[in-house]
Amino acid sequence: MNDKPWEPRIVAFFCNWCTYTAADLAGVSRMKYAANIRTIRLMCSGRVDPQFVMDAFAKGADGVLIGGCHPGDCHYGEGNYKMLRRFRLLQRMLGDLGIEPERLRLEWISAAEGDKVKSVVNDMVERVKALGPFDLPGQFQSWDREVMSEAEAHAHAGQQEAK
Amino acid sequence: MSKPKVAFYWCASCGGCEEAIVDLAEDILGVVEAVDIVFWPCAMDFKKKDVEAMPDKSIVATFLNGAVRTSEQEEMAHLLRRKSQVLIAYGACSATGGIPGLANQFRLEDILQFAYHDGPSMANEAGTRPQYSSTHEGHELHLPVLREVVRSLDQVVDVDYYIPGCPPTPKLTKAAVGALLEGKLPPKGTVLSPDIALCDECPRKASKPTDLGFVEFKRPHQAIIDPEKCILAQGFICMGPATRGGCEAVCIQGNMPCTGCFGPTSRVKDQGAKFLSSVASNVGPREEGAIDQVLAGIPDPVGTFYRYGLAKSLLRRKVPKQG
Repeated sequence: MNDKPWEPRIVAFFCNWCTYTAADLAGVSRMKYAANIRTIRLMCSGRVDPQFVMDAFAKGADGVLIGGCHPGDCHYGEGNYKMLRRFRLLQRMLGDLGIEPERLRLEWISAAEGDKVKSVVNDMVERVKALGPFDLPGQFQSWDREVMSEAEAHAHAGQQEAK
Repeated sequence: MSKPKVAFYWCASCGGCEEAIVDLAEDILGVVEAVDIVFWPCAMDFKKKDVEAMPDKSIVATFLNGAVRTSEQEEMAHLLRRKSQVLIAYGACSATGGIPGLANQFRLEDILQFAYHDGPSMANEAGTRPQYSSTHEGHELHLPVLREVVRSLDQVVDVDYYIPGCPPTPKLTKAAVGALLEGKLPPKGTVLSPDIALCDECPRKASKPTDLGFVEFKRPHQAIIDPEKCILAQGFICMGPATRGGCEAVCIQGNMPCTGCFGPTSRVKDQGAKFLSSVASNVGPREEGAIDQVLAGIPDPVGTFYRYGLAKSLLRRKVPKQG
Protein backbone atom coordinates (compact mmCIF):
# COMPACT_ATOMS: atom_id res chain seq x y z
CA MET A 1 0.00 0.00 0.00
CA ASN A 2 2.67 2.44 1.05
CA ASP A 3 6.09 1.69 -0.42
CA LYS A 4 7.73 4.94 0.64
CA PRO A 5 10.64 4.45 3.03
CA TRP A 6 9.99 5.49 6.63
CA GLU A 7 10.59 9.16 7.38
CA PRO A 8 10.61 10.45 10.96
CA ARG A 9 7.80 12.73 12.09
CA ILE A 10 9.03 15.42 14.44
CA VAL A 11 6.69 17.76 16.27
CA ALA A 12 8.26 21.20 16.72
CA PHE A 13 7.01 23.64 19.35
CA PHE A 14 8.37 27.04 18.35
CA CYS A 15 8.17 30.29 20.29
CA ASN A 16 6.35 33.03 18.40
CA TRP A 17 8.99 35.67 19.19
CA CYS A 18 12.14 33.87 18.09
CA THR A 19 12.29 30.35 16.65
CA TYR A 20 9.03 30.61 14.74
CA THR A 21 10.18 33.87 13.18
CA ALA A 22 13.55 32.26 12.47
CA ALA A 23 11.79 29.40 10.66
CA ASP A 24 9.90 32.04 8.67
CA LEU A 25 13.20 33.73 7.84
CA ALA A 26 14.65 30.41 6.72
CA GLY A 27 11.62 30.09 4.46
CA VAL A 28 11.79 33.52 2.83
CA SER A 29 15.55 33.11 2.47
CA ARG A 30 14.78 29.93 0.48
CA MET A 31 16.92 27.77 2.71
CA LYS A 32 16.32 24.07 2.26
CA TYR A 33 16.01 21.73 5.19
CA ALA A 34 14.45 18.36 5.95
CA ALA A 35 10.66 18.39 5.63
CA ASN A 36 10.12 16.18 8.69
CA ILE A 37 9.00 18.76 11.21
CA ARG A 38 5.39 19.71 11.95
CA THR A 39 5.59 23.15 13.51
CA ILE A 40 3.25 24.33 16.24
CA ARG A 41 3.52 28.00 17.14
CA LEU A 42 3.27 28.90 20.81
CA MET A 43 3.60 32.31 22.40
CA CYS A 44 6.58 31.14 24.47
CA SER A 45 8.68 28.03 25.02
CA GLY A 46 7.48 28.38 28.62
CA ARG A 47 4.03 27.38 27.35
CA VAL A 48 5.29 23.88 26.48
CA ASP A 49 3.57 21.64 28.98
CA PRO A 50 5.34 18.26 29.38
CA GLN A 51 1.90 16.77 28.64
CA PHE A 52 2.19 18.17 25.09
CA VAL A 53 5.47 16.36 24.61
CA MET A 54 4.18 13.05 25.93
CA ASP A 55 0.95 13.39 24.00
CA ALA A 56 2.93 13.97 20.81
CA PHE A 57 4.81 10.71 21.38
CA ALA A 58 1.60 8.90 22.32
CA LYS A 59 0.04 10.05 19.04
CA GLY A 60 2.91 8.88 16.87
CA ALA A 61 5.73 11.45 16.92
CA ASP A 62 9.25 10.07 16.52
CA GLY A 63 10.79 13.15 18.06
CA VAL A 64 9.89 16.48 19.68
CA LEU A 65 11.84 19.70 19.13
CA ILE A 66 11.34 22.78 21.27
CA GLY A 67 12.67 26.16 20.16
CA GLY A 68 12.87 29.17 22.47
CA CYS A 69 14.66 32.48 22.96
CA HIS A 70 18.25 32.64 24.15
CA PRO A 71 18.71 33.00 27.93
CA GLY A 72 18.01 36.58 28.94
CA ASP A 73 15.95 37.26 25.79
CA CYS A 74 12.53 35.89 26.79
CA HIS A 75 9.74 38.24 25.74
CA TYR A 76 8.05 37.47 29.06
CA GLY A 77 11.19 37.46 31.17
CA GLU A 78 11.29 33.92 32.57
CA GLY A 79 9.53 31.51 30.17
CA ASN A 80 12.63 29.99 28.60
CA TYR A 81 14.19 29.32 32.03
CA LYS A 82 11.03 27.51 33.08
CA MET A 83 11.25 25.41 29.92
CA LEU A 84 14.93 24.64 30.51
CA ARG A 85 14.24 23.39 34.04
CA ARG A 86 11.35 21.22 32.87
CA PHE A 87 13.41 19.92 29.99
CA ARG A 88 16.25 18.79 32.26
CA LEU A 89 13.89 16.67 34.36
CA LEU A 90 11.61 15.59 31.52
CA GLN A 91 14.45 14.26 29.39
CA ARG A 92 15.73 12.23 32.35
CA MET A 93 12.28 10.91 33.20
CA LEU A 94 11.49 10.01 29.59
CA GLY A 95 14.81 8.15 29.52
CA ASP A 96 13.57 6.09 32.47
CA LEU A 97 10.43 5.40 30.42
CA GLY A 98 12.36 4.11 27.42
CA ILE A 99 12.49 7.24 25.25
CA GLU A 100 16.03 7.93 23.99
CA PRO A 101 17.34 11.43 24.85
CA GLU A 102 17.91 12.24 21.15
CA ARG A 103 14.15 12.16 20.58
CA LEU A 104 13.62 15.27 22.69
CA ARG A 105 15.61 18.41 22.01
CA LEU A 106 15.59 21.99 23.28
CA GLU A 107 17.34 24.72 21.29
CA TRP A 108 17.67 28.47 21.69
CA ILE A 109 17.18 30.06 18.27
CA SER A 110 16.77 33.82 17.89
CA ALA A 111 14.61 35.47 15.22
CA ALA A 112 17.77 36.22 13.19
CA GLU A 113 19.04 32.62 13.16
CA GLY A 114 17.26 31.09 10.16
CA ASP A 115 20.39 29.09 9.38
CA LYS A 116 20.29 27.58 12.86
CA VAL A 117 16.74 26.31 12.26
CA LYS A 118 18.09 24.60 9.18
CA SER A 119 21.10 23.00 10.86
CA VAL A 120 19.22 21.96 14.02
CA VAL A 121 16.34 20.37 12.08
CA ASN A 122 18.67 18.57 9.68
CA ASP A 123 20.81 17.29 12.54
CA MET A 124 17.84 16.12 14.58
CA VAL A 125 16.26 14.34 11.61
CA GLU A 126 19.54 12.48 11.06
CA ARG A 127 19.74 11.41 14.72
CA VAL A 128 16.11 10.29 14.88
CA LYS A 129 16.51 8.43 11.58
CA ALA A 130 19.42 6.54 13.11
CA LEU A 131 17.22 5.54 16.07
CA GLY A 132 14.38 4.35 13.84
CA PRO A 133 10.61 4.66 14.23
CA PHE A 134 9.11 5.09 17.70
CA ASP A 135 5.50 4.35 16.71
CA LEU A 136 3.85 4.38 20.13
CA PRO A 137 0.31 4.02 18.68
CA GLY A 138 1.48 0.80 17.02
CA GLN A 139 3.04 -0.33 20.29
CA PHE A 140 -0.20 0.34 22.21
CA GLN A 141 -1.99 -1.92 19.74
CA SER A 142 0.53 -4.69 20.08
CA TRP A 143 0.48 -4.48 23.91
CA ASP A 144 -3.30 -4.78 23.95
CA ARG A 145 -3.43 -7.85 21.74
CA GLU A 146 -2.98 -9.96 24.90
CA VAL A 147 -6.38 -8.90 26.28
CA MET A 148 -8.37 -9.34 23.07
CA SER A 149 -9.25 -13.04 23.46
CA GLU A 150 -10.92 -12.54 26.84
CA ALA A 151 -12.83 -9.51 25.55
CA GLU A 152 -14.07 -11.43 22.51
CA ALA A 153 -15.10 -14.46 24.59
CA HIS A 154 -17.28 -12.25 26.78
CA ALA A 155 -18.79 -10.27 23.93
CA HIS A 156 -19.82 -13.66 22.58
CA ALA A 157 -21.21 -14.84 25.94
CA GLY A 158 -23.30 -11.64 26.16
CA GLN A 159 -24.79 -12.24 22.72
CA GLN A 160 -25.58 -15.87 23.50
CA GLU A 161 -27.52 -14.83 26.57
CA ALA A 162 -29.42 -12.15 24.69
CA LYS A 163 -30.80 -14.74 22.23
CA MET B 1 -39.82 -5.06 46.62
CA SER B 2 -36.44 -6.73 46.80
CA LYS B 3 -33.43 -4.71 47.80
CA PRO B 4 -30.94 -3.52 45.16
CA LYS B 5 -28.11 -5.99 44.63
CA VAL B 6 -24.51 -4.88 45.14
CA ALA B 7 -21.22 -6.72 44.59
CA PHE B 8 -17.62 -6.16 45.69
CA TYR B 9 -14.62 -7.68 43.99
CA TRP B 10 -10.83 -7.40 44.09
CA CYS B 11 -8.19 -7.86 41.43
CA ALA B 12 -4.49 -6.89 41.80
CA SER B 13 -4.77 -5.14 45.15
CA CYS B 14 -3.46 -5.26 48.70
CA GLY B 15 -6.76 -5.65 50.53
CA GLY B 16 -6.74 -2.06 51.76
CA CYS B 17 -9.83 -1.23 49.72
CA GLU B 18 -11.73 -4.09 51.36
CA GLU B 19 -10.55 -2.64 54.65
CA ALA B 20 -11.97 0.72 53.55
CA ILE B 21 -15.42 -0.87 53.16
CA VAL B 22 -15.13 -2.31 56.67
CA ASP B 23 -13.99 1.14 57.82
CA LEU B 24 -17.55 2.31 57.26
CA ALA B 25 -17.86 0.84 60.80
CA GLU B 26 -21.42 0.95 62.08
CA ASP B 27 -22.51 2.77 58.92
CA ILE B 28 -22.06 -0.54 57.11
CA LEU B 29 -25.20 -1.71 58.93
CA GLY B 30 -27.17 0.97 57.10
CA VAL B 31 -25.67 -0.21 53.82
CA VAL B 32 -26.48 -3.84 54.55
CA GLU B 33 -30.02 -2.81 55.45
CA ALA B 34 -30.49 -0.96 52.17
CA VAL B 35 -28.84 -3.42 49.78
CA ASP B 36 -28.32 -7.11 49.20
CA ILE B 37 -24.64 -7.99 48.94
CA VAL B 38 -24.64 -10.78 46.37
CA PHE B 39 -20.89 -11.25 45.89
CA TRP B 40 -17.92 -10.31 48.09
CA PRO B 41 -15.19 -12.98 48.03
CA CYS B 42 -13.13 -11.27 50.72
CA ALA B 43 -15.91 -11.45 53.31
CA MET B 44 -18.69 -13.78 52.16
CA ASP B 45 -18.92 -17.23 50.66
CA PHE B 46 -20.13 -16.82 47.11
CA LYS B 47 -18.57 -18.47 44.08
CA LYS B 48 -18.02 -17.44 40.51
CA LYS B 49 -20.77 -19.83 39.40
CA ASP B 50 -23.25 -17.91 41.59
CA VAL B 51 -22.44 -14.77 39.61
CA GLU B 52 -22.63 -16.63 36.31
CA ALA B 53 -26.13 -17.84 37.25
CA MET B 54 -27.44 -14.27 37.72
CA PRO B 55 -29.27 -12.62 34.83
CA ASP B 56 -27.31 -9.91 32.98
CA LYS B 57 -27.62 -6.41 34.55
CA SER B 58 -29.21 -7.87 37.68
CA ILE B 59 -26.57 -6.35 39.99
CA VAL B 60 -27.26 -2.65 40.50
CA ALA B 61 -23.63 -1.78 41.20
CA THR B 62 -20.29 -3.54 41.46
CA PHE B 63 -17.43 -1.91 43.34
CA LEU B 64 -14.29 -3.39 41.84
CA ASN B 65 -10.88 -2.63 43.34
CA GLY B 66 -7.41 -3.57 42.17
CA ALA B 67 -5.52 -3.30 38.90
CA VAL B 68 -5.85 -5.94 36.19
CA ARG B 69 -2.83 -8.12 35.46
CA THR B 70 -4.01 -11.72 35.04
CA SER B 71 -6.35 -13.55 32.69
CA GLU B 72 -8.53 -14.46 35.68
CA GLN B 73 -8.92 -10.81 36.70
CA GLU B 74 -9.86 -9.95 33.12
CA GLU B 75 -12.43 -12.73 33.09
CA MET B 76 -14.00 -11.55 36.36
CA ALA B 77 -14.00 -7.92 35.18
CA HIS B 78 -15.85 -8.91 32.01
CA LEU B 79 -18.27 -11.15 33.91
CA LEU B 80 -19.11 -8.51 36.51
CA ARG B 81 -19.41 -5.85 33.82
CA ARG B 82 -22.02 -7.98 32.08
CA LYS B 83 -23.96 -8.67 35.27
CA SER B 84 -23.94 -5.07 36.57
CA GLN B 85 -25.87 -1.94 35.65
CA VAL B 86 -23.16 0.26 37.13
CA LEU B 87 -19.48 -0.69 37.38
CA ILE B 88 -17.41 1.43 39.74
CA ALA B 89 -13.60 1.43 39.69
CA TYR B 90 -12.97 1.56 43.42
CA GLY B 91 -9.60 2.80 44.64
CA ALA B 92 -6.40 3.98 42.98
CA CYS B 93 -5.36 0.61 41.48
CA SER B 94 -8.64 0.12 39.69
CA ALA B 95 -8.93 3.77 38.66
CA THR B 96 -5.37 4.47 37.51
CA GLY B 97 -3.30 1.28 37.97
CA GLY B 98 -2.06 2.16 41.46
CA ILE B 99 1.07 0.71 43.02
CA PRO B 100 0.83 -2.52 40.93
CA GLY B 101 1.05 -0.24 37.87
CA LEU B 102 4.65 0.59 38.80
CA ALA B 103 5.47 -2.90 37.51
CA ASN B 104 4.96 -1.36 34.06
CA GLN B 105 8.55 -0.11 34.39
CA PHE B 106 9.75 -3.67 33.80
CA ARG B 107 9.21 -6.50 31.38
CA LEU B 108 7.29 -9.44 32.77
CA GLU B 109 10.22 -11.77 32.10
CA ASP B 110 12.56 -9.52 34.13
CA ILE B 111 10.11 -9.51 37.05
CA LEU B 112 9.82 -13.31 37.03
CA GLN B 113 13.59 -13.69 36.70
CA PHE B 114 14.11 -11.51 39.77
CA ALA B 115 11.25 -12.92 41.83
CA TYR B 116 12.09 -16.60 41.29
CA HIS B 117 15.85 -16.60 40.64
CA ASP B 118 17.93 -13.45 41.19
CA GLY B 119 16.30 -11.89 44.27
CA PRO B 120 18.78 -11.81 47.19
CA SER B 121 16.36 -13.64 49.50
CA MET B 122 15.60 -16.33 46.93
CA ALA B 123 16.58 -19.96 47.58
CA ASN B 124 15.56 -21.84 44.46
CA GLU B 125 18.40 -24.13 43.47
CA ALA B 126 16.26 -26.20 41.15
CA GLY B 127 15.30 -23.00 39.33
CA THR B 128 11.58 -23.84 39.64
CA ARG B 129 8.99 -21.47 38.31
CA PRO B 130 5.21 -21.67 38.56
CA GLN B 131 3.79 -23.08 35.32
CA TYR B 132 0.54 -21.95 33.77
CA SER B 133 -0.45 -25.57 33.38
CA SER B 134 0.94 -28.68 35.04
CA THR B 135 -0.11 -32.22 35.92
CA HIS B 136 -0.33 -33.54 39.47
CA GLU B 137 -1.43 -37.13 40.20
CA GLY B 138 -3.14 -37.33 36.88
CA HIS B 139 -5.00 -34.04 37.26
CA GLU B 140 -4.30 -31.13 34.98
CA LEU B 141 -3.91 -27.89 36.93
CA HIS B 142 -4.05 -24.34 35.58
CA LEU B 143 -2.91 -20.99 36.91
CA PRO B 144 -4.10 -17.65 35.57
CA VAL B 145 -1.80 -16.20 32.92
CA LEU B 146 0.19 -13.11 33.88
CA ARG B 147 -0.11 -10.38 31.27
CA GLU B 148 2.84 -8.36 30.05
CA VAL B 149 1.17 -5.07 31.06
CA VAL B 150 -0.69 -3.93 34.20
CA ARG B 151 -3.97 -2.17 33.38
CA SER B 152 -6.52 0.03 35.05
CA LEU B 153 -10.06 -1.38 35.01
CA ASP B 154 -11.20 0.95 32.22
CA GLN B 155 -8.39 -0.32 29.99
CA VAL B 156 -10.12 -3.71 30.07
CA VAL B 157 -13.86 -3.04 30.37
CA ASP B 158 -16.26 -0.10 30.23
CA VAL B 159 -16.36 1.75 33.58
CA ASP B 160 -19.19 4.02 34.79
CA TYR B 161 -17.65 5.77 37.81
CA TYR B 162 -14.39 6.12 39.68
CA ILE B 163 -13.84 6.41 43.41
CA PRO B 164 -10.17 7.34 43.86
CA GLY B 165 -7.81 6.88 46.77
CA CYS B 166 -5.39 4.44 48.32
CA PRO B 167 -7.77 3.58 49.84
CA PRO B 168 -10.89 5.70 49.28
CA THR B 169 -12.13 7.35 52.46
CA PRO B 170 -15.26 6.05 54.24
CA LYS B 171 -16.87 9.44 53.62
CA LEU B 172 -16.51 9.22 49.81
CA THR B 173 -17.64 5.59 49.85
CA LYS B 174 -20.73 6.46 51.87
CA ALA B 175 -21.52 9.40 49.60
CA ALA B 176 -21.24 7.17 46.52
CA VAL B 177 -23.49 4.47 47.99
CA GLY B 178 -25.98 7.19 48.98
CA ALA B 179 -26.01 8.73 45.50
CA LEU B 180 -26.46 5.27 44.00
CA LEU B 181 -29.43 4.40 46.21
CA GLU B 182 -31.11 7.76 45.63
CA GLY B 183 -30.49 7.56 41.89
CA LYS B 184 -28.59 10.86 42.01
CA LEU B 185 -25.49 9.78 40.12
CA PRO B 186 -23.61 12.36 38.01
CA PRO B 187 -22.83 11.83 34.28
CA LYS B 188 -21.08 8.59 33.35
CA GLY B 189 -17.31 8.70 33.68
CA THR B 190 -17.30 11.04 36.68
CA VAL B 191 -14.72 10.64 39.42
CA LEU B 192 -16.74 10.71 42.62
CA SER B 193 -14.54 13.18 44.49
CA PRO B 194 -14.27 17.00 44.33
CA ASP B 195 -12.77 18.18 41.01
CA ILE B 196 -10.21 20.53 42.53
CA ALA B 197 -6.57 20.17 43.59
CA LEU B 198 -5.79 18.94 47.08
CA CYS B 199 -4.07 22.26 47.98
CA ASP B 200 -7.53 23.83 47.95
CA GLU B 201 -8.59 21.85 51.03
CA CYS B 202 -5.15 21.70 52.66
CA PRO B 203 -5.01 23.25 56.14
CA ARG B 204 -1.53 24.62 55.31
CA LYS B 205 -2.65 26.38 52.12
CA ALA B 206 -2.07 29.86 53.55
CA SER B 207 1.63 29.12 54.10
CA LYS B 208 2.29 28.22 50.44
CA PRO B 209 4.28 31.02 48.80
CA THR B 210 3.57 32.11 45.21
CA ASP B 211 7.19 31.64 44.24
CA LEU B 212 8.67 28.44 45.63
CA GLY B 213 12.22 28.87 44.22
CA PHE B 214 13.51 25.40 45.18
CA VAL B 215 17.20 25.21 46.02
CA GLU B 216 17.11 21.57 47.18
CA PHE B 217 14.72 18.66 47.49
CA LYS B 218 14.57 16.48 50.57
CA ARG B 219 12.83 13.21 51.25
CA PRO B 220 10.76 12.61 54.39
CA HIS B 221 13.33 10.28 55.98
CA GLN B 222 16.12 12.82 55.57
CA ALA B 223 14.79 15.75 57.58
CA ILE B 224 12.13 16.74 60.09
CA ILE B 225 8.99 18.20 58.53
CA ASP B 226 7.66 21.38 60.13
CA PRO B 227 4.07 20.50 61.10
CA GLU B 228 2.68 23.96 60.32
CA LYS B 229 4.19 25.09 57.00
CA CYS B 230 3.38 24.04 53.43
CA ILE B 231 5.31 20.77 52.93
CA LEU B 232 6.25 21.58 49.32
CA ALA B 233 7.63 24.96 50.39
CA GLN B 234 9.93 23.07 52.78
CA GLY B 235 11.47 21.25 49.81
CA PHE B 236 9.69 17.90 50.18
CA ILE B 237 7.87 16.60 47.12
CA CYS B 238 4.17 16.98 47.91
CA MET B 239 1.89 16.03 45.00
CA GLY B 240 -0.96 18.21 46.30
CA PRO B 241 -0.91 20.76 43.44
CA ALA B 242 -1.42 18.02 40.81
CA THR B 243 -3.70 15.72 42.79
CA ARG B 244 -7.47 15.69 43.14
CA GLY B 245 -8.83 16.62 46.55
CA GLY B 246 -11.49 14.80 48.53
CA CYS B 247 -9.33 13.02 51.09
CA GLU B 248 -9.42 16.14 53.28
CA ALA B 249 -5.62 16.13 53.35
CA VAL B 250 -5.32 13.12 55.65
CA CYS B 251 -1.61 12.58 54.92
CA ILE B 252 -0.77 16.25 55.43
CA GLN B 253 -2.65 16.12 58.74
CA GLY B 254 -0.37 13.22 59.65
CA ASN B 255 2.57 15.48 58.67
CA MET B 256 3.42 13.48 55.55
CA PRO B 257 3.45 14.82 51.99
CA CYS B 258 0.75 13.89 49.48
CA THR B 259 1.89 11.04 47.23
CA GLY B 260 -0.87 11.57 44.67
CA CYS B 261 -3.23 8.61 45.22
CA PHE B 262 -6.40 10.48 44.19
CA GLY B 263 -5.07 10.94 40.64
CA PRO B 264 -5.48 14.08 38.54
CA THR B 265 -8.43 16.45 38.24
CA SER B 266 -10.57 16.32 35.10
CA ARG B 267 -8.55 19.13 33.47
CA VAL B 268 -5.32 17.14 33.58
CA LYS B 269 -4.49 14.30 31.20
CA ASP B 270 -1.31 13.12 32.84
CA GLN B 271 -0.75 13.72 36.52
CA GLY B 272 2.99 13.01 36.49
CA ALA B 273 3.75 15.29 33.54
CA LYS B 274 1.68 18.07 35.06
CA PHE B 275 3.41 17.78 38.41
CA LEU B 276 6.83 17.66 36.75
CA SER B 277 5.90 20.86 34.94
CA SER B 278 4.91 22.62 38.12
CA VAL B 279 7.77 21.47 40.32
CA ALA B 280 10.56 21.92 37.75
CA SER B 281 9.39 25.41 36.73
CA ASN B 282 9.77 26.43 40.35
CA VAL B 283 13.41 25.39 40.64
CA GLY B 284 15.46 28.44 41.63
CA PRO B 285 18.66 28.39 39.53
CA ARG B 286 18.82 29.31 35.83
CA GLU B 287 21.95 27.48 34.67
CA GLU B 288 21.91 23.87 33.53
CA GLY B 289 24.48 22.61 36.04
CA ALA B 290 22.87 24.27 39.03
CA ILE B 291 19.39 23.20 37.87
CA ASP B 292 20.56 19.58 37.59
CA GLN B 293 22.05 19.75 41.06
CA VAL B 294 18.69 20.76 42.54
CA LEU B 295 16.81 18.20 40.45
CA ALA B 296 19.21 15.45 41.61
CA GLY B 297 17.12 15.58 44.80
CA ILE B 298 14.42 13.75 42.82
CA PRO B 299 16.27 10.49 42.06
CA ASP B 300 13.23 8.57 40.81
CA PRO B 301 10.82 10.86 38.95
CA VAL B 302 8.72 7.99 37.55
CA GLY B 303 8.20 6.37 40.95
CA THR B 304 7.55 9.74 42.56
CA PHE B 305 5.23 11.41 40.04
CA TYR B 306 3.45 8.26 38.83
CA ARG B 307 3.30 6.33 42.09
CA TYR B 308 -0.36 5.47 41.46
CA GLY B 309 -0.86 6.48 37.86
CA LEU B 310 1.72 4.91 35.53
CA ALA B 311 -0.74 2.46 33.93
CA LYS B 312 -3.13 5.29 33.06
CA SER B 313 -0.43 7.82 32.04
CA LEU B 314 0.02 8.97 28.45
CA LEU B 315 2.86 6.48 27.86
CA ARG B 316 1.33 3.69 30.03
CA ARG B 317 4.65 1.94 30.73
CA LYS B 318 8.35 1.95 30.06
CA VAL B 319 8.44 1.53 26.31
CA PRO B 320 10.36 -1.68 25.58
CA LYS B 321 13.01 -1.67 22.89
CA GLN B 322 11.54 -2.91 19.65
CA GLY B 323 12.82 -5.82 17.61
